[in-house]
Amino acid sequence: MNAIIISAILGVVMMYSGVLTKNTSAIRNVAIVGLIVLLGLNMAEGCGYQLFHINTKGMMSFEKYGLLFNSIAFASTLIYFLLSGRDVEKVGVYVAEYFALIFFILCGVAIVTSFNSLLLLFIGIEIISIPLYILTGADKRNLKSNEASLKYFLMGSFSTGIMLMGITLIFGATGSFMLKGIAPLVTGAADAPLNVWLVSGLLLLFISMAFKVSAAPFHFWTPDVYDGAPSVFTSFMATIVKAAIFVAFLRLFDGAYGEMKGAWQSIISITILLTLFIGNITAVFQQSVKRMLAYSSIAQAGFMLFALFGFNEFAKEGIILYAAAYSLATIGIFAILIKMKDYTFEGYNGLGKSQPVLAATNTIFLLSLAGIPLTAGFFAKYYMLAAAIKNGTQFWLVIFAVLCAAVSVYYYFRVIQSMYFKTGNAETTTITPAFKYVLIVLAGIVILLGVFPQLLLSQLYF
Amino acid sequence: MVPVLLLLIPLFSGLALFAVKNENSVKTLALLSSIVTLVMALYGMTCANGSEYLIVNKEWLPALNSRFHMEVDGMGKVLTLLTALSFPIVFAATSGNRYEDSNRFYALMLLTQAGLMGVFMAMDALLFYFFWELALIPVYFLCSHWGGEKRIQVTFKFFVYTFVGSLLMLTALIYLYFHAGQSFDIKAFYNIKLTSSKDALMFWLMFVAFAIKMPLVPFHTWQPDTYEQSPTAVTMILSGVMVKMGVFGVIRWVAPVLPISFYQYGDTITWMAIIGMIYASLVAMQQDDLKRLVAYSSIAHIGLMVVALFATTKSGMQGVMIQMFNHGINIIGMWIVVNAIEQKFGTRKMSQLGGIAQKAPGLAILLVIVAFANIALPLTNAFVGEFMMFNGVFGSTVTSFNVVFTVCAALTIILAAVYTLKMLQKVLFGEASSVTAQTTDISFSVKASLVIIVGAILLFGVYPKPMLGVTSELVDVLLNRMTLTMGK
Repeated sequence: MNAIIISAILGVVMMYSGVLTKNTSAIRNVAIVGLIVLLGLNMAEGCGYQLFHINTKGMMSFEKYGLLFNSIAFASTLIYFLLSGRDVEKVGVYVAEYFALIFFILCGVAIVTSFNSLLLLFIGIEIISIPLYILTGADKRNLKSNEASLKYFLMGSFSTGIMLMGITLIFGATGSFMLKGIAPLVTGAADAPLNVWLVSGLLLLFISMAFKVSAAPFHFWTPDVYDGAPSVFTSFMATIVKAAIFVAFLRLFDGAYGEMKGAWQSIISITILLTLFIGNITAVFQQSVKRMLAYSSIAQAGFMLFALFGFNEFAKEGIILYAAAYSLATIGIFAILIKMKDYTFEGYNGLGKSQPVLAATNTIFLLSLAGIPLTAGFFAKYYMLAAAIKNGTQFWLVIFAVLCAAVSVYYYFRVIQSMYFKTGNAETTTITPAFKYVLIVLAGIVILLGVFPQLLLSQLYF
Repeated sequence: MVPVLLLLIPLFSGLALFAVKNENSVKTLALLSSIVTLVMALYGMTCANGSEYLIVNKEWLPALNSRFHMEVDGMGKVLTLLTALSFPIVFAATSGNRYEDSNRFYALMLLTQAGLMGVFMAMDALLFYFFWELALIPVYFLCSHWGGEKRIQVTFKFFVYTFVGSLLMLTALIYLYFHAGQSFDIKAFYNIKLTSSKDALMFWLMFVAFAIKMPLVPFHTWQPDTYEQSPTAVTMILSGVMVKMGVFGVIRWVAPVLPISFYQYGDTITWMAIIGMIYASLVAMQQDDLKRLVAYSSIAHIGLMVVALFATTKSGMQGVMIQMFNHGINIIGMWIVVNAIEQKFGTRKMSQLGGIAQKAPGLAILLVIVAFANIALPLTNAFVGEFMMFNGVFGSTVTSFNVVFTVCAALTIILAAVYTLKMLQKVLFGEASSVTAQTTDISFSVKASLVIIVGAILLFGVYPKPMLGVTSELVDVLLNRMTLTMGK
C-alpha cells in the first residue's frame, strides 16, 4: 500500500515542481530523491512497516512476492533515472510532466502486482497504459513519435476493450470479480460441461494480456511503437512496464485460472512458439539497433511466457530474476543507445576504441540478454527452462526455445562485432564520468546476480 | 586447495593484465603466471588420488542444490597438466609475435586457461556448464579481434556452432537434474535411471555438444576455417587443449551417467568417427596450406580417440586419456613449427616452401621428431597411446565389429604417414625456393619450447608409467560403474 499511495503523491509533487521551478536538473533531483523514498518505503513494507491502513475489502493483498517485484521495478527505475535522466530533459520542454507520468506508471505497477480483483487489474493496466500513450508521443514535433503514439493508443484501447469484455463475461458466469471467487468455478468447470461464457471470458482476458506483453500473434504494435517513441521512454516501457505486466499475468493465472491451467498449456505453448520464432527471426534482419531491441523484447517475452507454461516454484522465482536481469541489461543498452548519434549497427563501429567503458559494459549487457553464464541473464533463462522441464510435458518446446536462444546470439553479437572488430569512429554525444560510473555499477550488478542469484531470490523468503 | 589455485591464478592474473600497458611486461607476467600454474599442476600430479588437497566442495547455490565442487581426479590430473603445460609453451613459442593491444590478448588467453581448468575439474553439472561456456567467450574475442582476414564470420560460425551444442546440453543437464533428485552433483547423476527413449534423447543432446567440440564429422565444418583464421597462439590452445573438452565431456558426463545409450549407440558413433577419420585424412592429403593440413589431421586423431572410447575397454579408455595429453603436446609442437615458418617466410603454402633442412637444421630435426610423433612411431608418446587404443578396440567385447573397426582405424595411421611425410618432404627437403633461400635458424625461445615438447614426446614415449599410474584407478571405477548400471 505504501508504494501505491506514495507514488501517486510523488506524481502530483512532480507536476507542481514544474510550476515552481524551470530548472530541469532540480526537477530531476527531486524525482531521484522521491524515487529513493519510494523504494525505501516499499522495502519497509516488506519488513512489516505500513504507513497506511486502508481496508481494501480483500481487493488487494500485499505479499512478499509483489513487494519484491515492486522493489526491483523501483530500483531499476532509479538506475534508469541516474543513467538517462538527462536525456528525458532533451525530449521536450515538459520535463516535470514526464517524470510525473513515470511516477503514475509506477503507481499502476504497484497495483497490478497486488490486485485480487479483476477490476483492480483493469484499473492498474489503464494507469500504466494512459501515461505510456502520452510518453510515446512526447516528442510531439516528430512524425514518427506521433504515429507511434496514435498506433499505441488505438491498439491499446482495442485490447483494453477486449479485456473489459472478458471481465464482463467472467462476471456474468461467476458473479464475482474476485480471483478467489472465480477460481473454484473455473476449477469446477474443468470437469463440468463447458461453460461457454466463462471460457470465452478467460480467453479474452488471456488475449488482452498477451497483447500487453507483446506476445505473438498480438505483437504487431511493438516494433513501431518502440521504434517511434523517444528512446528514453522506449527504454522504460520495454523493461519495467513489460515485466510488471508479466507479474500481473502470472498473478492472474495463479488466481483465476485455478486448476484449469493444464488445459491452457497447449494455447500457451503455441503462443511461446510463435513469439520466440517471430521475435528472433525478425530481429535478425533489422538494421537499426533500436528496432532490433524492440524485436528482441518480443523474443525475451517468449522466454518469460515459460513461467506461465511451467507454473511451479521455478517459474515464480524465475520471473522475478528474469524481470531483474532483463530490465537491468536493457536499461543499460538503451542508455548507451541514446548516447549514440547513429542508431544503426554501423553507428557502433569502433566504439570499443573510442569509448572503452561504454563498449565493455554494453558487451556485458548484451551477453546477459543472450544468456551467457556469469551474467544474470543466464540464470534467468535457466530458471525458465527449468520451470518448463520440471513441468515434464512438451520437451520439444524447450529444445525449440534453446535453438531460438542460439539465433538471438546472432543479433546481440552483431553489436559486439561492430563495437570491437569493425573499424569506424562511433560518434557519441558527450559522456559524463558519472554516467560511466553508473554503467560500471550496473554491469557489476548484472555479473553479481549471474554468480549469486540467491542474493535476489532469498529476499522472497526472508 | 589445488583446484582453487589452478582456477584463480590464471583468472586473477588475467584480469590484472588488462591494466598493464607495457608490452614486454605483459608478456613476462603472462609467462610467469602460467609457469606458476604449471608448478601447481605438477604438485597436483604428485598428490595421491582423492587426497584432500585435490578437492574443494563449498556451498554455492543452495536454492538449486548446486555446489562449488571441484576435484582433480586421475583424468583431471592429466588434463590440468596439459592445460598448465601448454600455456607457457605457447607463450614462449609465440613471444616473437606482435599483437596490437597485447595486454588484452594475453589477458584473454589467461582467462581461457581459467575456463579450461574449471571444465576439467568441475564435479557439479551446473558448474561444469558454467566453465564450458566461459572458456568459449574469451576465445571468441581472441579469434575475432586478432584473427585473419575472414575472422569475424568464421569465428562467429564457430561460436554459434558450439553455443547451439552447449544449449542442447544445458537442457539435458536440467532434465537429468530433476531425475537425480534435484541435484547437480556427479555422484547423484550416477544414480539416474531413465526410460530408454528419454535416455537416448538425453544421450544425443549431450553427445552433440561434445561432438561439435571435438569435432566429429559431420559437425566439424567450423574447425578448419577457425584454425586457419585464428591467431596461431589461439589455434594452439584450441586444438591442443580445447578440443579435448569434447572427449573429456563424454568420458566424465556421458559414459558413466547414460551407459545404456552409450552402449546402444556405440557402433553408430564409431562408424561416424571412422568415416570422419578417413575423410579427414584424405582431405589432409590434398591441402597445400600447413594450417589446414594440421587441422584435418587433428580431426583424424580425435576420431581415433572416439573409436577407442566407445570400445569400452580398460586399455582403450586409458589410451584415450593419455592420448588426450600426448595429442595436445604433439599438435602444439606442429603449430609452433607452422608459426615459426609463417613468421619467418610469410607463407604457409607448402608449394612455396622447400629446402629448409640445409638452412635451418635445428628446426628440421625438431620438426621431424614432432612429425614422427604425429604418425605415432615407436619411441614417441603417441605410439604408447595409440597402441593402447588399438589394443582396446581390438579386444572390445561390446561390439561385434571390433576387427573391422581396428582395421579401418589402422588404415588412417597409414594415411597419416602419407600426408605427414609428404609435408616433411615438401617443407624441409628439395630445392630451396625463392622465399626460403635466404634464411637462418629459428630463434632461441621457439627452439626452447620445441625442445621441451620433443623432450616430453620422448620421455612419455619411453616411460609412460606416470600417466598410466594416475589414470588406471579412475578407468576401473568408470568401467565398473558402467557395467554395474547395465546389470541393474
